[in-house]
Amino acid sequence: MNIAQILFYLMSFITLTSAIFVASTKNLVRSVFMFFITLLGLAGLYVLSLADFVAITQVVIYVGGILVLILFAFMLSGKETLDAIQKQKNQFISANKAASVILAVLFFVVLILMIFKVDVNNLVWIKKAIGQNSDIKLNSNMTDNIGINLMTRYLLPFEAISILLMMALVGAAHLSRKEQRQ
Amino acid sequence: MITMNDFLIVSAALFCIGLFMLVSKRNAIQILIGIELMLNAAILNLVAFGKFDRFANGGQMFALFAIVLAAATTAVALAIILNVYRRYKTIDPAKVDKLRD
Repeated sequence: MNIAQILFYLMSFITLTSAIFVASTKNLVRSVFMFFITLLGLAGLYVLSLADFVAITQVVIYVGGILVLILFAFMLSGKETLDAIQKQKNQFISANKAASVILAVLFFVVLILMIFKVDVNNLVWIKKAIGQNSDIKLNSNMTDNIGINLMTRYLLPFEAISILLMMALVGAAHLSRKEQRQ
Repeated sequence: MITMNDFLIVSAALFCIGLFMLVSKRNAIQILIGIELMLNAAILNLVAFGKFDRFANGGQMFALFAIVLAAATTAVALAIILNVYRRYKTIDPAKVDKLRD
């Protein structure tokens, strides 16, 4: 058992326990803060999967951007509603919650069965990639390669996503402006 | 050696936690967090399979695109949630059931 494996189990343990905490806690603000931990653990898992650039992007965009946005909306959407939701949760959610736990567990069992049936480590294209020596090595520098590919092979998706980002920006600004009274 | 199965199992567990949040929560922001968890599970799969593609980088590249898309989705969704709160004074999706006024 080498150190990468130990780190992998540590990271996945952190990720999964904090995700379960996010899903189960009654305190809503605390669940948002716990979501930070989940995202950081996921960034660690990306590093262990030899994708350092994606991990950095995850930290910058998710932890720096999305979470602050979520917290912001949380604070803006009034304290009374949050309290009301919390109170009402205790009374009649339990039946609903049991049903959703059963749904999630059953779906998990289906996914696990499928993963073991597919036998991912012996897929044909993965065998071929290892045979052709085109899997990412521990010392290969991926960031340059990602930059070059972004400007050549994936230029069209890159442009499409830039236009979509601009549309989302304009749309969000339009939606959240103050309404004029006619 | 970390095998592919480990990554896929972690990702499946994350996806199911997200599914649980999506079904059981009564707060639009928590449902949004559930959707983010499911998206992250998908991105973890993309990155894990992207390990076997050193030259084209398909998996990592589309993981990046998915992260950017998630950011755009969240911004628009939060703007919508704030609007709904302003109009209905609640963000429980079960209570937001009128098309107009």
